[in-house]
Amino acid sequence: MSEPLLQLTGVHTHIGQYHILQGVDLVVPRGELTVLLGRNGAGKTTALRTIMGLWHASRGALLFDGEDITRAATADIACAGIAYVPENMGIFSDLTVRENLVLAARDGGPDTARLEWIFGFFPALKKFWNQTAGTLSGGQKQMLAIARAIVEPRKLLLVDEPTKGLAPAIIQSLIAAFRELKAMETTILLVEQNFNFVRSLGDSVAVMDDGRIVHGGQMVDLAEDRELQQKLLGLSLDAHQ
Amino acid sequence: MMTRILSGDFPRSRLLTALLLAVFAGLALAPFLFPGARAINVAATICVFVVLAASYDLLLGYTGIVSFAHTMFYGIGAYGVGLSLHGVGPTWSAVLMGLTIALGLSLGLALVIGLFSLRVKAIFYAMITLAVASAFAVLASQLSDLTGGEDGRSFGVPEALRPGFRLVEAEIFGTAINGKLLTYYLVFFGALSLFLFLLRVVNSPFGRVLQAIRENDFRAEALGYRTVVYRTLANCLSAATATLAGALMALWLRYAGPQTTLSFTIMMDILLIVVIGGMGTLYGAAVGAALFILAQNYLQALMRQASEGLTAVPLLANLLHPDRWLLWLGVLFVLSVYFFPTGIVGKLRSLKRE
Amino acid sequence: MTTTVTTPPPDGELPRLRLDKAPLLVLPILALLALPLIGSFPTWVTLTVAGLAMGMMIFIMASGLTLVFGLMDVLNFGHGAFVSVGAFTATLVLLPMQGWMQADSVLMNLTALGLAIALAMLVTGLLGWAFERIVVMPVYGQHLKQILITMGGMIVAEQMIHVVWGPDQIPLPLPASFRGALLIGDAAIEKYRLIAVAVGLMVFVSMFLVLNRTKIGLLIRAGVENGEMVEALGYRIRRLFVGVFVAGSALAGLGGVLWGLYKETLTAAMGSDIMVLVFIVIIIGGLGSVGGCFIGALLVALVANYTGFLAPKIALVSNILLMVAVLLWRPQGLYPVAKR
Repeated sequence: MSEPLLQLTGVHTHIGQYHILQGVDLVVPRGELTVLLGRNGAGKTTALRTIMGLWHASRGALLFDGEDITRAATADIACAGIAYVPENMGIFSDLTVRENLVLAARDGGPDTARLEWIFGFFPALKKFWNQTAGTLSGGQKQMLAIARAIVEPRKLLLVDEPTKGLAPAIIQSLIAAFRELKAMETTILLVEQNFNFVRSLGDSVAVMDDGRIVHGGQMVDLAEDRELQQKLLGLSLDAHQ
Repeated sequence: MMTRILSGDFPRSRLLTALLLAVFAGLALAPFLFPGARAINVAATICVFVVLAASYDLLLGYTGIVSFAHTMFYGIGAYGVGLSLHGVGPTWSAVLMGLTIALGLSLGLALVIGLFSLRVKAIFYAMITLAVASAFAVLASQLSDLTGGEDGRSFGVPEALRPGFRLVEAEIFGTAINGKLLTYYLVFFGALSLFLFLLRVVNSPFGRVLQAIRENDFRAEALGYRTVVYRTLANCLSAATATLAGALMALWLRYAGPQTTLSFTIMMDILLIVVIGGMGTLYGAAVGAALFILAQNYLQALMRQASEGLTAVPLLANLLHPDRWLLWLGVLFVLSVYFFPTGIVGKLRSLKRE
Repeated sequence: MTTTVTTPPPDGELPRLRLDKAPLLVLPILALLALPLIGSFPTWVTLTVAGLAMGMMIFIMASGLTLVFGLMDVLNFGHGAFVSVGAFTATLVLLPMQGWMQADSVLMNLTALGLAIALAMLVTGLLGWAFERIVVMPVYGQHLKQILITMGGMIVAEQMIHVVWGPDQIPLPLPASFRGALLIGDAAIEKYRLIAVAVGLMVFVSMFLVLNRTKIGLLIRAGVENGEMVEALGYRIRRLFVGVFVAGSALAGLGGVLWGLYKETLTAAMGSDIMVLVFIVIIIGGLGSVGGCFIGALLVALVANYTGFLAPKIALVSNILLMVAVLLWRPQGLYPVAKR
């Protein structure tokens, strides 16, 4: 078993006077899709933002590919190979689809072959190439947000609730995309509430509650254990179909 | 009893108390201690500026609002009383009428600006007050038929306040009890009452809500306080007090003009006084105003001497030229925002703890 | 400028785009309304050209300020200092080179002016860099302190101008070939005003091209909308901030030179004097929008010139009323920037 790509040890994050992450220990294995589950307010988004350096951990350590990124600046963390797809997608509405992707492709313009591959999952992006991103529908924006994260190969993708509010057809495209990314050995840390979405995709799973990881293990085990699902996730499971 | 007079807001520092007592004593006994027209003028100016700065501190220090319209309200007070005395005649009823109109105009403007802009970011508000105050100043110079334009208006004051008037024939400590003295004490007691009134306001439940809004307006709103209402009220109180200060100044100078009331320089002076003195303390405004006016009048003379002595080194001579005292004030101001955000008062109070 | 659509389209359909044209129409409408009020066509032409020229200069001065605010959420109340410093720095070239300035050769005039502008922009750019590092950076995110500190900085800068250049006004005569007016029919159009319009248009077009056709422009537009996301894509946004601040200060310096020549006298307070109009312009235009700033500047200048002729006493008040009217129509300004 190789070194985990990302490792959080005893991470605490304070936002103002609020103590959100209260000692998070998380391991994200290389080449796998790790799912981070938990109800609203458990601290999942805060965890992603802390990894990305948007908020700084007040205590604890974050190790990425052997490097200590606890105090690193966001831009440096991104350049080290982490791509972030936030909950609100973070696309630039004033820029076109093309411009959004040009920005995301740090090393020269987006590679044509890579783009064609992305268009394979998200044909709408090709169609609306020169349209302002603000005019896209919710599903198309989500596609753009993910396309931005994968327009160049990255070591780790952090994705925050991509299926929220999306139509089933689009969710299918997302599943296909994630499957192929996994096949290409991209490591993914996915925050989700839709258990059905992740049950077939996820390799490892971690469950968060009250700013801590309360369960960690293999997805297959959790998927089979209804009692455990009930205990950990209560009614939030199966709530978003 | 002191607790009631000071509304429970004590200086909380021996040095500060000493300073304040010195200022108070100096101002209270000025006509007797410092004979001479210049000295008493300085004293009266200090009285007015203490109120002007304190009312600005209510907005800036306690409510957290930056406004550049303060001198506009000051000017409205001065012009209100002045134009009334000029147009109607030197009577007390004219004073009252002018005062009422001025207060009405000020409150109206404060309300309109407040409601219109306080819903937006602080930045917007600062810019809008700047624009409105500038427009008002330009208007005052342009409508010269009414306001006397750039030259302003001189006017007579009610009989009791005229220099020729004698209340009693006798002299006390070698000083005549004339109209000038009476005017001075009108200004002094007027300023004192307004200051104590402001002290009462900031230490009331209303004042505490203002401070809560200053700290975190989202939270205050969430707790059920309509921040727009409180801010507008603070705005109105501050404007009304500034107007009254303007009225006092007009009665003292027997003159109202754009240079003495509406100029942007005065606005900056007030800002400097409040920040250097200590935002959110009111005593900061008092101490700051006293030091500032004294420095403005007497320090500049020192600077002139230094500058003349240094004519050999033109750059130094230029830097120390009395007209450049605003440069040093500006530097002090910038340093204070960075390093002494609590101002003189804060520094004095913290010394006690060391 | 932002584009707007009324409803998000269903998947599969191309969305309809409408360029937000309404604010663009305000200018010609205003100009046309003024014509009958002014009465005489030649006078109207003179006033309109004067308004356009002044508007361009204000745009140059204000564009940096609005972009800095949009990108960095910093409002530099001391921006006027760069205007004054730019104008005074230009005198360091223009006064010794009076010979070139007064010669009858357009080439010599332009060279002298060009050198002056280059120096002014260099000095104000450097001053802007120093200002950002020393005065502004420590107070990122604290609006109250920003307002106070930048005002303080401006006072110090103005006083330093007095220290270096003395307390008096400095006259700055126009170059020889720029003086005088062209006669078109009955209307007299001052040559310098045409030049100001030309320079202004050049600046606007260059800004437009940079913002829309270069990667830096892309970064700026993205940063104005969501600075955090730009960082998350791997770009150090602080360097962008400093760059934009410096560019904004240099532009203010350019504006100062043009403005100083327009008025033909320089005073240390000239920068802070124009700031009131600059603030009105950026509020009208929408904080952060260069296009809005352009239209706002032309609007304000036209109104100032028309009312200056029709009812001089209420000139500044009329601009306040204009601002109120625009805010009642669009509370965020003509072209609000889509913020996170």
